[in-house]
Amino acid sequence: MFKKLAASALMAATLAATPAFSAGGLGEITDYSFSFEGPFGVYDRNQLQRGLQVYTEVCASCHGLEYVAFRTLSDRNGPELPEDQMRAYAEMFEIWDPELRDWRTASGPDHFPESQFEGAPDLSLMAKARIGFEGPYGLGLNQLFRGLGGAEYIASFLTGYTDEEDFQAGALFYYNKAYDGWVSMSPVLFDDMLDYADGTPATEEQMAKDVAAFLMWTAEPKLVERKRAGFVGVIFLSVLAALLYLTNKQLWAPIKRAAKED
Amino acid sequence: MSGIPHDHYEPTTNAEKWVHRRLPIVGLIYDTIMIPTPKNLNWMWIWGIVLFFCLVLQIVTGIVLVMHYTPHADMAFASVEHIMRNVNGGYMLRYLHQNGAMLFFAAVYIHIFRGLYYGSYKSPREITWIIGMLIYLLMMATAFMGYVLPWGQMSFWGATVITGLFGAIPGIGEALQTWLLGGPAVGNATLTRFFSLHYLLPFVILGLSILHVWAFHTTGNNNPTGVDVRRSSKEEAAKDTLPFWPYFVIKDLFALVLILAGFWALVGFMPGYLGHADNYIEANPLVTPSHIVPEWYFLPFYAILRAFTSDVWVVIAVNWLSFGIIDASFFGVLAMFAAIFVMALVPWLDTSSVRSGRYRPMFKWWFWLLVVDFFVLMWAGAMPAEGIYTDIALIGTAYWFAYFLVILPILGVIEKPLPQPETIEADFKASLKKKSGGSGPSPEQIPAE
Repeated sequence: MFKKLAASALMAATLAATPAFSAGGLGEITDYSFSFEGPFGVYDRNQLQRGLQVYTEVCASCHGLEYVAFRTLSDRNGPELPEDQMRAYAEMFEIWDPELRDWRTASGPDHFPESQFEGAPDLSLMAKARIGFEGPYGLGLNQLFRGLGGAEYIASFLTGYTDEEDFQAGALFYYNKAYDGWVSMSPVLFDDMLDYADGTPATEEQMAKDVAAFLMWTAEPKLVERKRAGFVGVIFLSVLAALLYLTNKQLWAPIKRAAKED
Repeated sequence: MSGIPHDHYEPTTNAEKWVHRRLPIVGLIYDTIMIPTPKNLNWMWIWGIVLFFCLVLQIVTGIVLVMHYTPHADMAFASVEHIMRNVNGGYMLRYLHQNGAMLFFAAVYIHIFRGLYYGSYKSPREITWIIGMLIYLLMMATAFMGYVLPWGQMSFWGATVITGLFGAIPGIGEALQTWLLGGPAVGNATLTRFFSLHYLLPFVILGLSILHVWAFHTTGNNNPTGVDVRRSSKEEAAKDTLPFWPYFVIKDLFALVLILAGFWALVGFMPGYLGHADNYIEANPLVTPSHIVPEWYFLPFYAILRAFTSDVWVVIAVNWLSFGIIDASFFGVLAMFAAIFVMALVPWLDTSSVRSGRYRPMFKWWFWLLVVDFFVLMWAGAMPAEGIYTDIALIGTAYWFAYFLVILPILGVIEKPLPQPETIEADFKASLKKKSGGSGPSPEQIPAE
């Protein structure tokens, strides 16, 4: 119960903590549905690949993914790029090598670069650092089925611009419905601004959802493995609990019988 | 070990005798796990084993996490991400450790309230209770320092706020805070010392837990009736008790596994549910979160800490009487520690001669109100410290202290307790008859013969 209220209070804290934002509260979050929601939800490989494309062509010009290694783009339950494509992708980046003290072409084990601007936060963990839903209603089971809403927040944010602008303290700010306040990031997604390799129509909403899914993967790359471990563990423990229940019943039966007969 | 008469370990083979003469460790283990335990223990007596499991879980997962973690302000956050992404099963280890702390606290709160309801703190178990309170304090210290280690925003600012409490102590406060932090502000020196202590304290808890068990093995377990086990002969004691192994071990294991199934579901399906999203942002000394909230298990005491603002008359009075030495923030710190201290003093504050709350008709109401109060404080602690929330926190705090300092001492005098069962055996039989639909008297109604 308190958690529901705590989460909504936290929401405000989470947002206000970000330097790129001006003051604002909890805005309109659309509850987009994603393939990775629910106890058995998994990532949609094609969606992650599309999201990677949006990240590369749009977000990467300002934002980094410093905790994500290129090689993980080929991991199972991720975007699952073929090895050669993954290597070719990594080679598009120049990274600073502290041992060579020089820039060099990136390869599989290297990480994505850091953010280009100080004001642009790193996106590796953004889907976990933002909570999209106001709180766990009921018993919190909605979170079990819908997640914490980080991906929903990102997608709502990217589609949340209203074309209102404001010039404050020498900088231009943009109104965002999802944030319910003025932000320094301008709208970045426009219909058909890129061509998806798989032919999916690149609408603003489609791109927002795809990149949100991709960022959920960068934040929680082991989500599918974790849910599987959870499922197997719960089954195993339930069976063990049933066996222990029967053992306990049998063990105590003579004691209880004797006490009743007495 | 306990004063309850029972069979002790007798070495039979020559090898056993050889060992036993030199180190009677087998006898010690035998007597520990075969301790006569009251037959009538209910399901509230399973939390000890859950707590023991939690301690082992935290130590084992913690030791493995340390193998991959880097205790440095510049690298800690990245090393936690390394654990989550690259270490085999690292995401499970970390989530188990993180949520394991929450299971630990949930269990310890139920365990403490169990003790408060059934009067487990009363003579002769005062030392068991005091050691338990020390363990609880150490758990809070350990959890707090552990929470700083991932070096997220909430880690950093939580550490800043909590160590600031020591800074509120008049005179020595500032020097003390600097000494605790290893510098003027939370930084690398703070992280490394918290890391060191976070590794050390669990073993102190383990040591105290052994004393905790030793203490109640000396006095014998309490039980839902609070009536003592008969000790005049082995035969009589055997009517009231059963050996811990196998009867209670299997019962406790069943309960433990059931709880673990729920715990595992939490870890597997929604491990971030009870955490703070802010901690996935790396610590930044230049950006203060607008609302710094501790983990849920600290919230009731956090609410007490913040309840005393400078406009509360008690604070004004104390401030005036102490010539301004005790201000609102120091008063809050004192109140928070006092809230735990009065709980530790409860063996002497409770004047009732009846142990179990089951036979105390008035006490029951006040006890359950305390439980409600605990949750109200927890909720108030999560709210911003303003408006109606501080008033609610203040009322909740007032009740917390009133329960221990006023209600318990008075209740013992004015309350007319219900008759208690003569023996544990009688209670055990009565509860079985009640359950099977028989017309036997319920344990509450057995008249003293």
